[in-house]
Amino acid sequence: MQRVFARSVLDAARTVPDGVTSHTGPRPKRRFDVYRNNVYVSLIDVLAGRYPVILRLVGDDFFRAAARCFVEACPPRSPVLMEYGDGFAAFLEEFEPARPLPYLSDVARLEWAWNRAYHAADRQPLSADDLAPIAAEDVPRLVFELLPSVSVVSSPYPVFSIWSTNISDVEVEPIDLASGGEDALVVRPHLEVEVRRLPHGAVGFVSALAEGACLAAACERAMAESPEFDLQTNIAGLIASGAISGYRLPGGTEI
Amino acid sequence: MSVPPEQHDDPIPARAGVGLKPEHYADILDGAPDVGWFEVHAENYMGEGGPPHHYLTAIRSRYPLSVHGVGLSIGSDGPLDRAHLARLAAVCDRYRPGLVSEHLAWSTHDGTYLNDLLPVPYDDETLRRVAEHVDEVQSTLGRQMLLENPSTYVQFESSDLSEIEFLTELVKRTGCGLLLDVNNVFVSATNHAYDARAYLDAFPVEHVGEIHLGGHAEDRDDGDARLLIDAHGSAVADPVWDLYAHAIARTGEMPTLIERDNDVPPWPVLEDEARRAERVMRARGSNRVSAR
Repeated sequence: MQRVFARSVLDAARTVPDGVTSHTGPRPKRRFDVYRNNVYVSLIDVLAGRYPVILRLVGDDFFRAAARCFVEACPPRSPVLMEYGDGFAAFLEEFEPARPLPYLSDVARLEWAWNRAYHAADRQPLSADDLAPIAAEDVPRLVFELLPSVSVVSSPYPVFSIWSTNISDVEVEPIDLASGGEDALVVRPHLEVEVRRLPHGAVGFVSALAEGACLAAACERAMAESPEFDLQTNIAGLIASGAISGYRLPGGTEI
Repeated sequence: MSVPPEQHDDPIPARAGVGLKPEHYADILDGAPDVGWFEVHAENYMGEGGPPHHYLTAIRSRYPLSVHGVGLSIGSDGPLDRAHLARLAAVCDRYRPGLVSEHLAWSTHDGTYLNDLLPVPYDDETLRRVAEHVDEVQSTLGRQMLLENPSTYVQFESSDLSEIEFLTELVKRTGCGLLLDVNNVFVSATNHAYDARAYLDAFPVEHVGEIHLGGHAEDRDDGDARLLIDAHGSAVADPVWDLYAHAIARTGEMPTLIERDNDVPPWPVLEDEARRAERVMRARGSNRVSAR
């Protein structure tokens, strides 16, 4: 019974299941439609709350139509809805009506990273003082532990600028799409999720650190991506962002 | 099965409580409003960290808390989702709620979560299955749970028990308690053309541990009959207040929740509704209490 009921709820083209009835007649479509509407509207609302910049960029009608297609294609697999909508960026990339806005999926990735950071495990960030005791000769071998909330989003579009003006400004700033790509760091050092623009090369650097590479190896990867990569600035930036929760020296100190 | 009696250090008092919404975290922590308790949807506190846990921990240190699950799908015709039940148990271990409740409904099929409380037929097969699921929840949590009467929009030809018979038998088999949602009574009674007061008069009130009050929306069905929708997006309606007075005269003073999940208004609006519930409770619930 529930198989047929669930299929009919998800697909409005199906008829009301046999055995469903009411005092005004059997197989009551308008009554059954309440369930259909509840399911779709509530899930579209979840996505609208999770992707406020996408909503602002495309407008309510477009967003709700796109979100409905997403819900049809990828309904939730868990009752924990804070985890729902991970695939929306990939969906937008393939969504034909969104083709004229090729930056949408990267903005969606940034918004997903924000949601992920909001609910990630809490960890106290290190300050510059915590790192002061490290001997200079040990620095290249240092392995940093990043906060569980850290993500990086890399884009050939000005994804940080688009997100930033749409999330906070009453009147959005005009953005030149030809101004080049931007990368963003998302982290929640305390209660507030923070999104910062990363300098060139930093994506490779932070990604390498996140994978457990030592500082020297991470630096090498960053230099390969961007010759002007500056290690001092980037480490200082990461500490200031509150993105580092600990460090260790292989075979030695751990904090 | 036998269920241990409630042995929790912070029971829910016979007062009005309010459904906790993130919009009101600051109002509650800064203003310390005089409400009896708060209730949360368990699923909103199943993340690893972040502001939800931060604020709920602070609020829990000042108020009793009730945990209301919305995603366990106790009415499923398949097995319970053990991983989800474990998450519910973790929320209960962390926040030590005075009451834990869920719905007589299903929401997951074949691993797909539909995010709505879908109806079950009232027959022996469903009764057997729901009783097994309630047993499993209670033995996993190590405590009694309350099950909420649903608001429904359709009925099933296969139902051969009334909702009251179904709930009464479920209580008998499992030892669970009941959450009496008075708005759901009004919605279902209107939608299925029965008398809400007669329903309340037949309800096994001795097993009620909590009452819910919420708002509904109105539509028309295929035959142009009134069709009420349990939307939780507006104030408690006047006929539901009348029914509440009727219910509370039978149950006695009882923890009563003001529920608002959509179009959440400023905090004082909900605090006013909570005060109104307490006035009704004091005026109408005392007969029963003094008769004890």
